[in-house]
Amino acid sequence: MSIINQTDKETGSINRVRFDFRTIIPALSAVLALLVHLFVPNSPRFTLKPLPYFTMALIAVIIVTFIFMVLSLFSQKIRDRYAYKSWFIGASILLINLLNIATLKLMLLPIIYFPNPDRILKVFVDDWAFILKCLSHSLRLLATGYILGALAGMITGILVGWSRKWSYWVNPLIKIIGPIPSTAWVPIALVSFPTSFSASVFLIALAVWFPTTVLTSSGISNVQNSYFEVSSTLGAKTLHKILKVALPAAAPSIFVGIFNGTGASFITLMTAEMMGVKYGIGWYINWQKDMLSYANVYAGLIVIAATFSLIITLLFRVRDRVLGWQKGVIKW
Amino acid sequence: MVKPSTGNILVENLRKEFVRPDGQKVVALNNVNVNIKAGEFISLIGPSGCGKSTFLRLLAGLTQPDEGSFSLDGVTITGPGYERGLVFQDPTLFPWLTVYENIAFGLKIRNIYHEKKKDVQDFIRLVGLEGFEKAYPHQLSGGMAQRVALARALVNHPKVLLLDEPFGALDAFTRMNMQDELLKIWQERGTTMVMVTHDVDEAIYLSDRIFVMSPRPARIASIINVEMGRPRARDLPDFLRLRAIILQILDFAGKHEEIQYYL
Repeated sequence: MSIINQTDKETGSINRVRFDFRTIIPALSAVLALLVHLFVPNSPRFTLKPLPYFTMALIAVIIVTFIFMVLSLFSQKIRDRYAYKSWFIGASILLINLLNIATLKLMLLPIIYFPNPDRILKVFVDDWAFILKCLSHSLRLLATGYILGALAGMITGILVGWSRKWSYWVNPLIKIIGPIPSTAWVPIALVSFPTSFSASVFLIALAVWFPTTVLTSSGISNVQNSYFEVSSTLGAKTLHKILKVALPAAAPSIFVGIFNGTGASFITLMTAEMMGVKYGIGWYINWQKDMLSYANVYAGLIVIAATFSLIITLLFRVRDRVLGWQKGVIKW
Repeated sequence: MVKPSTGNILVENLRKEFVRPDGQKVVALNNVNVNIKAGEFISLIGPSGCGKSTFLRLLAGLTQPDEGSFSLDGVTITGPGYERGLVFQDPTLFPWLTVYENIAFGLKIRNIYHEKKKDVQDFIRLVGLEGFEKAYPHQLSGGMAQRVALARALVNHPKVLLLDEPFGALDAFTRMNMQDELLKIWQERGTTMVMVTHDVDEAIYLSDRIFVMSPRPARIASIINVEMGRPRARDLPDFLRLRAIILQILDFAGKHEEIQYYL
């Protein structure tokens, strides 16, 4: 490790150029993977045409990890974050390396159901436009059902949590209809709605509605009375009390409800797509499975993982903005 | 000091009962008749269960009397309102709002925030919390939170400020500071102050009149006029004399024989 102190001429501060040995791990792991891929012979039972994609991907990874390693020399911020994650990134690359060995080099698993990384990459290269189209159809369906379900859930929850009359009539409904899994409604949804799109929207909305309404109503009814009393003495009328006191106070609970609803919406989306939609990522996976094109199945799964993880991350970013005042929060 | 003309409270034949969980009726207040003049500083003092918090909540309009009535400047009180501000023992700040937003709450509710925006900053300065506008309640100490609660009630320029043991949860030093700040606010604004307290010294230090209450049956046992100039020194003979009187009424003067004088 070499430590060189340089004074930055512009700001006058000391900018330390430092090498953290951890930052070389990802690049080394990628180089190892490439060497294994190129020089270890393929399994003799492997009869498919060899593809260049994995090699290209590994070279790209080597370049990117090398760039980050160099950047880490100069920037403290990048160095801290990248070095911290280096072990994980290196291990992940190693895992893909092992996968490649298990499939392409040693053919430990039946190639039909467990294709090597090259074939999965080929799916992305050939079909990326179609996959994107399927994804956008899925997202359209998901967004429509999700937003309708969340809004319906919050409105129902506020009514039931605030008013005893509404609670009397609607609570039993929530308790009976809510626990029914959304997918059990499929037969009824199919005959009740004009299009499979609207039926799917209904199912997804129903899945989001239940946890949202339960947690909203309990959040509202658990707001401590002293908040309402204080707001009265400041001149608040009923509408103010609902919108300006009850709702913000119940917001943490409402968020938990929406978060639960998100997971439920993902599951229902997949089921709804297998019911009969024109295009969709769940539909794509199912269709490819029927055709025994498992490389495509994996490609679809990877797309789902990336997209849904991103959706949840966005949800938590919104939470951080709106509920920044909370003391102890769910970590994501 | 500003001599106000509003904030006159008239209490007539007040009676308030509660039903205990076991079904028994408890009379919290019985046949209370008082007149609190505009701009007065009144303390209510008494042991637990003597009805002083109930009296305050009735004044605030959070509960209704069973018999009798309150009126503020001739208008009967039927419910809560911003002209009677209330400060609880627990600051009860809205945790989702910053210090600034908590104080501005009353103005925003009444849709006069944009005209009176300047008041919020004035009150932040008045309670000595400049620089903390963007802090959230969970980041504040007890004394700071209580000051925000004060400013929040005052921003509406209430005619009457009701305080329910506002400094009870604070340490001795903070408490003395807050008492002085409260006096300063009172002297500048002339708001009628009605404060419930357990602390006899606090009552004597702050009030024009002290309503000494006693339980079973709950009533105002005695009204003490504090005729001392301000600021009041807590070791003056008059101060100590009043203290002894009040403690005697409250029957806490001690169970030993009467002490005539100290050498």
